Amino acid sequence: MSAKTPSKLEKVMAAGHLGVTSECGPPRGSDPEVIKQKAELLKDCVDAINVTDNQTSVVRTSSLATCIHLKLMGLEPILQMVTRDRNRIALQSDILGAASFDIANVLCLSGDHQSFGDNPQGQNVHDLDSMQLLWTVRKMRDEGTFLGGDEIKRPPKMFVGAAANPFADPFEIRVPRLAKKIEAGAEFIQTQCIYNLEKFEEWIRLAEDRGLTEKCYIMAGVTPFKSAGMAKYMKNRVPGMDVPDDVVKRMADTPKGNQAEEGVNICVETIQRLKEIKGVSGFHIMAIEWEEKVPEIVERAGLMPRPETD
Amino acid sequence: MIVADKKPVEEIIEYVKDCQKILVLGCNECVTVCEAGGKKEVGVLAATLRMYFSNQGTEDVQVDERTLERQCDHEYLEEIRDIADQYDAIVSIACGVGIQFTAEKYHSIPVYPGVNTCFLGVTEQRGLWTERCQACGQCILAYTGGICPVARCAKRLFNGPCGGSSKGKCEINKELDCAWQLIIDRLKAIDRMDLYEKLFNVKDWSTDRAGGPRKVEREDVQI
Repeated sequence: MSAKTPSKLEKVMAAGHLGVTSECGPPRGSDPEVIKQKAELLKDCVDAINVTDNQTSVVRTSSLATCIHLKLMGLEPILQMVTRDRNRIALQSDILGAASFDIANVLCLSGDHQSFGDNPQGQNVHDLDSMQLLWTVRKMRDEGTFLGGDEIKRPPKMFVGAAANPFADPFEIRVPRLAKKIEAGAEFIQTQCIYNLEKFEEWIRLAEDRGLTEKCYIMAGVTPFKSAGMAKYMKNRVPGMDVPDDVVKRMADTPKGNQAEEGVNICVETIQRLKEIKGVSGFHIMAIEWEEKVPEIVERAGLMPRPETD
Repeated sequence: MIVADKKPVEEIIEYVKDCQKILVLGCNECVTVCEAGGKKEVGVLAATLRMYFSNQGTEDVQVDERTLERQCDHEYLEEIRDIADQYDAIVSIACGVGIQFTAEKYHSIPVYPGVNTCFLGVTEQRGLWTERCQACGQCILAYTGGICPVARCAKRLFNGPCGGSSKGKCEINKELDCAWQLIIDRLKAIDRMDLYEKLFNVKDWSTDRAGGPRKVEREDVQI
């Protein structure tokens, strides 16, 4: 696959390197320093930084505004866009807004249901779904037209991504669903956090059998546990998360003072094992409110230094 | 059918507490089946209101009962033409459609809702009604195994399921079936999993609520 956009992330993976991304959650307030501090922690150890879009349906500074802060700092943001809060007019408009700042990556999602957040009585929009948003961005970029058919002056040049959860049910459609996302226009995929390596390996093998890993960069998602409590919470409470018992036990058997370190160890070991799997093009490290650990994880996983691009 | 649920009686009392002559008006169709607004419920609501007024020391307030075949047709609503003027309030316990048509027809009489109209649904079992259709105006059931993602998926995904589907249930509620799990099960049962592989294009919502109030006009059946 050759790079089609100015995206640094795309260029890194197109050159055959493993890509590395991490993420920043915007603050629940308007202080831009919060996001700048998080970004400073990540800037030298990743190729691009996801900026979440009102994740878990809790109101935060907008993903677009935060991406602009990162871009103005000289960093490479990935604009996360959920279809929950905006209709097709607003989505296309925000894509243009991002493109006007030369933001070169977008991740298309449906978004958590609003009942999980701080406005459970609100409407949801879902005028488009995540696949239809992928298709929309690709149409805007490749055909240079809006959904309505009119021409776009200076179309957006964006590397277009989607999420995939190899662990959600039913498993049998997880690969067909990946195929649909790629057909809709996904050029890179960031997966749900991987703890069940056997199941992930089965998923990516089936994807490879269908030729999907040749058409799309698969970035394996990882999240370090801060504590045994977090491992249990993720196992039992987070929908679509698959944390095997032995991983929870390993965290629980570690003395409290060492659990954070053990969480990082598990994360590094996971990346090292996944690096050997054909079809894995990179890693998406989601250190939730623990951005300071990302440089260490990337370093210990043998992913430093990050490659230079032109 | 249109499924409705009873409004709390306190809410209804608040509407009519200053009235002298009230008609509780039921409907013999959907709301009778879902036991929210039929003849039986008219009797119960009227008795409750009478008891309220009696407790207030205002026994002279008159609460009458009537149940029409339908409140969404002119001909049945005309049946109360001769008596409607006597009342200073009508509490309609038909669906929102019937309540509004009654109000349109009897322009100078206050018409209050006695139910909350909920959805288009089915009787799964006695006392349990669940949603099936949102009347989007452009039916896609042929492609989704006869199960509607608009009405039954919390995110109305056309290309589901999302990552929150777990053991056949929706992420928002463990009691709720994942619509896309149901669609997949059904597509397998009818040997049409090929349909799952097809990408659903962007939906035209202009036939939905988004396009403004809708109408169906059929010249072939007009008189």
